[in-house]
Formats: sequence, structure tokens, C-alpha cells
Amino acid sequence: MVAQNATLRSKEEIKEKLRKPEVITGSEILLRSLVLEDVDCVFGYPGGAVLYIYDAMHGFSDFQHLLTRHEQGAIHAADGYARASGKVGVCIATSGPGATNLVTGIATAYMDSVPLVVITGNVATTLIGTDAFQEADITGITMPITKHSYLVRKAADLPRIIHEAFHIANTGRKGPVLIDIPKDVSAELTMFEPVTEVSIRGYNPTVQPNKLQVDKMIKAIQEAERPIVLAGGGVVYSGGHEELHEFIIKSGIPITTTLLGLGAFPSGEDLWLGMPGMHGTYTANTAIQSSDLLINIGARFDDRVTGKLKGFAPHAKIVHIDIDPAEIGKNVPTDIPIVGDVKTVLQIANKDVKYAAKADAWRAQLLASKQEKPYKYTDSEDELKPQWVIEMLYEESKGEAIVTTDVGQHQMWAAQFYKFNKPRSWVTSGGLGTMGFGFPSAIGAQMANPDRLVISINGDGGMQMCAQELAICAINNIPVKVVIINNQVLGMVRQWQELIYDNRYSHIDLSGSPDFVKLADAYGVKGFRASTKEEARAAWTEAMNHPGPAVVEFVVRKHENVYPMVTQGSTIDQMLMGDAE
Amino acid sequence: MKRHTIAVLVNDQPGVLQRVSGLFGRRGFNIESITVGTSEEAGLSRMVIVTTGDDNTLEQVIKQLYKLIDVIKVIDLSANPMVARELALIKVSAEPAARPEIMGVVETFRAAVVDIGTHSLMVQVVGDTEKIDAMVELMKPYGIRELSRTGVTAMTRGNAK
Ligand SMILES: Cc1ncc(C[n+]2csc(CCOP(=O)(O)OP(=O)(O)O)c2C)c(N)n1
Repeated sequence: MVAQNATLRSKEEIKEKLRKPEVITGSEILLRSLVLEDVDCVFGYPGGAVLYIYDAMHGFSDFQHLLTRHEQGAIHAADGYARASGKVGVCIATSGPGATNLVTGIATAYMDSVPLVVITGNVATTLIGTDAFQEADITGITMPITKHSYLVRKAADLPRIIHEAFHIANTGRKGPVLIDIPKDVSAELTMFEPVTEVSIRGYNPTVQPNKLQVDKMIKAIQEAERPIVLAGGGVVYSGGHEELHEFIIKSGIPITTTLLGLGAFPSGEDLWLGMPGMHGTYTANTAIQSSDLLINIGARFDDRVTGKLKGFAPHAKIVHIDIDPAEIGKNVPTDIPIVGDVKTVLQIANKDVKYAAKADAWRAQLLASKQEKPYKYTDSEDELKPQWVIEMLYEESKGEAIVTTDVGQHQMWAAQFYKFNKPRSWVTSGGLGTMGFGFPSAIGAQMANPDRLVISINGDGGMQMCAQELAICAINNIPVKVVIINNQVLGMVRQWQELIYDNRYSHIDLSGSPDFVKLADAYGVKGFRASTKEEARAAWTEAMNHPGPAVVEFVVRKHENVYPMVTQGSTIDQMLMGDAE
Repeated sequence: MKRHTIAVLVNDQPGVLQRVSGLFGRRGFNIESITVGTSEEAGLSRMVIVTTGDDNTLEQVIKQLYKLIDVIKVIDLSANPMVARELALIKVSAEPAARPEIMGVVETFRAAVVDIGTHSLMVQVVGDTEKIDAMVELMKPYGIRELSRTGVTAMTRGNAK
């Protein structure tokens, strides 16, 4: 406790010192401002246009800077940091190729409403527009995938811009904000005066809902015979998981949580029906389709959730709670729109909400359905099954880990078979579905949570998109446990080719993948391989006992599919149930 | 498909036109015309955009515009009585013999001749889109050499908000 107080005081002392008005360079303003925004970790990669910034970082220790091996690694790490902590993730890249290497990561964060401040260098203001060496119009390129962006014209604007950027990124509907700093601006000397207030005209997210609308919802709950709650990432982002829990317990309404909403509601509770949508549970999907009241809390009716829009929840009165008014009515016509912060809305609703008494038969029916039709797979004693591996990881970690995933079959199996009870324990690219995200995002998640177990689950395909970041784990001793579910193919693509393209397997064979154990070893990370259940448990135990980062490759059955599956163009109750049925 | 006229009050920042027009393109909204100029307040520009679509599309257009940080206010002008004006310059072939006839049309439309060349006249016409369309139609037989239209600018009438 004493030590903690000491660090707290010293942090305040540092800030106090940094707040002192002084003539310094744009680069120093940037660093000081980041510290004043409580940034403790930045992921980045230097280059010509950010040399002044990196020069200012020489010997700077008020926040940590991690040098990744690719800008994509940096931004996914910043993203993982933000998702696992609720704080703003920060990354830095140089102009031109450095900046464009961030694009996939910016789009990933934008689609999933993740707060990031992305700092790019640019060529000097005098060179902008001349096709100068390493020039790219990064604010122009990223306009459709940022919440807002700034091209800084003079160093004196930096304190305000940085403060605004953090505010915009982490309020309202969260998202990435880009600050593009020309080289001469980062060198320019100016008087630094920290900015502590924001006033951005035209930016006032609606936090407080219209009470009349909330009352309408309360009334609708009393009248409903088959109500259901569909909760999404917005619950996690608003920090409203406890309020959601209270709402569900008080009302007794069954709940399904989207991919990004996993962990927003404890998966162990009776009323939780699992995930809806393309690879959702039988019970969640059929419940949505026969519901007479659907309360969407912080989800955006993504097509992976709704399936064919015409025919989605055809009998339901729709309530939609969202901080972003533009989400309401965008895909699904809404009967009771409630614009506001999820946590605030639920706090208000919880004062009045009553048990949905007319829904007793419905609850009993869903509970029975849930027992009858859980996720299933046929286990094997000869081959390692990926679902079994995920279940093993869940058991061994007692469900306490932060799990990050890449994109593909392993992602869906992780969503299905690892059960989440806490928010911010599940980090996955939902909206964009970005391969290469899983491993670097785990580095960020671990930086934000040094004391928690972070497991990164990847396919053998996606692991090869950002594998170079093993270096970061080794050098900084970041103890991420990297899982590779190796099925030797681009599994999710193989599944679609099997089911929808008539077994015409086109370019999915990953022969020529590296020996992942040797690859890990080459970076100085412990590597393990397992092909049977015994080996799997043993390898995992060893990896867990190893104090630093570790890679564990599970060689699994190639031809395994994710079920249930709703194929595109079908309504979500039309599910392929697979061989386990 | 209805036609809607909206006014968008924006921060006068570099790139703001790109943000607004890019949003329309990206989300598949239609732009029939777009005009930008200064507004009654320093630092703010007013854009007037004419778009087509059903009421749901209009609602999305307005909501999506509000998501842009530089957008201060969006007003659906066509929801109320409004005045909408467009200006066009039409350079029309005009040998001396044809001039009186052209002048006749110009007068009826309360347009003006703003330049006279040896073989042409430049006509300026102000009015709503339909009036400009009509004027252009009437000038066609004489031979339009150049045509430049400003797009619509508009305001609600009197006290209507
Ligand atoms: C950057 C990127 N490229 C392509 C895709 C399309 N894609 C989705 S899943 C998938 C296969 C992933 O294979 P693997 O990483 O081996 O995981 P598995 O499905 O086998 O678990 C592909 C190629 C994508 N989502 N992201």
C-alpha cells in the first residue's frame, strides 16, 4: 500500500512538473500531453517524419514505448490495450508507408467502436501536396474509418487537439481519432500551456435518455409474453454490465449476447441463452425469431447477427438502446428508440422495471431448449478436436483468462466453448473480422493487465500475419500464452468451400507453414506442440508453468466445421446443425 | 423517391467538404446538388444539399451527418415552406438577327443579359430549379455554347424554424 501511494504521488508529481508552461517543441508537447492524458503505454514504429518525436522520447520514461516489428502490430496492440482496459489505446507511426500500414487496424477499431488515438507523422507542411518522399494523405485515406481526424498546422494547436482527440475517442460512441503531425510542426518551438477543458461545438453525445421512451419500454415488458434481450459491445463499453445484470434479474427476461457482448452477462446464469447469429446457439436464434418483444441494448443489428433482415424477429416489437442515434432504425425498424448511454439508461430503467410475469411459460421453454440443444461436437480419441482444446483451456484457466482471438473457425469455437463471466475478458475483431489481430492485440491486453493470464487463440493462417511480434514478447517478457489451432488450412474458408461451393477447395492449403515451435524458438519464446489430448494437457501445463511468453501449437483435425451455421440469405432459425445432431 | 433540401452548418475547417461529400458517397446517398459558402457566423460555413430518397434515407442522412464532429447543425429545409434559388449563366449563340427574340425570353423570365459578344449573349437567370430548367429548354434552340449552374441555395421562409 505504501509503495502504491508512493507511485501515485510520484505520478502526480510528474504531471505537476509537466503542467508548467514552458517554451518547448511540438514533439515535447505531444509527449507531455500524452502523460497528462494518463497514457502509460504507447506502441509505435519510427521513421523520418517522426524523428523529432522519437528524439524527444530518447531517455523519456514517463510512459513506456514498445517498438513493434510492424505498424499493424502496433495498432492492434493499442486496440487490445483499449478493449481490455477501457482506456484509450495509443500508437505512433511515421508518414507514408508507416501510416498506411495502420489502415487495417484503424478500420478494425472503427467497426468495433474502440477508442484509439493514432498519431502519424507527415512530411513538412511546406511539402504537403507535392508528392514528397513518403508522403501520403493519411487524413484523406482514413476519413471513412475514423471518428474524427486532425492535420495539425502549428505546434500551438497541439495541446488542444490532443485533449480533444482523447475526449472524442472515449466518449459517446467510441472510436479511433487520428492526429497527423507534419515534421516541421513536431520541431516547432512554442509556448506549451496544457489544455484541461474541452468544448467542441456540435459534439454533445446524448447520455441521458428520454424518460418517456424508457417508460414505454417498461410498459412493453409488462405486456410481453415472449420478451428477449439482445445485448452487445455497447454494454461493455459503457461499463453497464452490473446494471444489465440487475435489469435481467429484476425483469426475468432471457438474454442473448452478441460476439462483442460476450462477458457483458455471466454465461453461467440460467437466463443466458448464448450467442445469436451465424454461429449462435439454437436457443438464442429460435428465441429471437419467436419473440414478441426484442430489447436491443448496445448492439447494432449486424448482418452476422440478424441473418436475412426481412424475416428477422418477425413478431417482435423492437426496442433499441444506443448512444449513437444513427444506429437506431439503420437496419431494423424500431418501435421504441432510446438514445442514451447504456449504463445510464439501465440505471433509470432499473428503478421501475418489474418482473415480466406473463413470460413464465416462455422462460421455462427456453431453459428446456437450452438443456436440449447446447453447442455440440463429436469428440475423438484419435484426433485432437479444436473444440476440445478450447474446453480444456477454459477448464485449466477456470474461465479467468483474458482471451484474444484471431479470425476464423478457432474464433467461433472460442466464442462458443470458452465461457465468459466478466466484461473486457474477450478481445476479438467482430465488425471487420481482421486476420492478424489476435496475437498483437494480446500483447496490448497483457500490457493493460500485467497480473492477469492472457491467452491468445489463433489459426495457423492468421498467426502468420503478425507472428513477428513474438520478438516484442520475448524482449519485454510479456507473458502472453499464444495458442495456435493448427488445422493446416484456412479453416473457415475451407468450411464455406465445403458447404457452399460444393467441396471445391480453392487455395486454402497452408502447406509450407513454418514449424511454429522452431519459429517461437527463433524469437526466444518457448514453444510446445501437441497432437493428442495427453500431449495437449501436458504442453499446456508446461506453458503455464513457464513464467514468460509461450507458444502452444495444437495440431487438430483438418475437416472440422463450426456448427450451428446460418448460411447467408437465410433467416437465423434456419440453421445447419452439423454432424453432432 | 422524394427530393429533399437540407442545410448543413459546418465548422469552416479544411477537409470538411470532403468529409460531408465522402459520407454521401460511402453510404450510397445521392447528391443532386451541393453548394457551400460562408454563413451568418464567422468560422461557420453553410452547405445546402439537395438529395433524393425516401423518408428513412433522409433520416439516416441527417443522423449520419450529425456524427461528423465538424457538423454543427442539420436542417431539413424542405420540411417547411422555403425559398430555394439557383443561379445559371447561359452563353447562347446569338447572331444579331436572333437577338430580339432572345431578349424577349430574357425579359419574360426576368433574367438579364450580362455580356454581349459578336456572336453570343450571356444570360444570367436566378430562380428555383424548375425555372432554370425551363429557361435552359427555351435557350436550346438558339444553341447553348456554355452553361454553368450554381446548384441550389435555400432558406426557410419567415419565422418557420
Ligand atoms: C486480413 C484478412 N484476410 C482474409 C480474411 C478472410 N478469412 C476469414 S477466416 C479465414 C481463414 C482463417 O484461417 P486460419 O487463420 O487458419 O483460422 P481457422 O479458420 O483455420 O481457425 C480467412 C482467410 C480475413 N478475415 N482477414
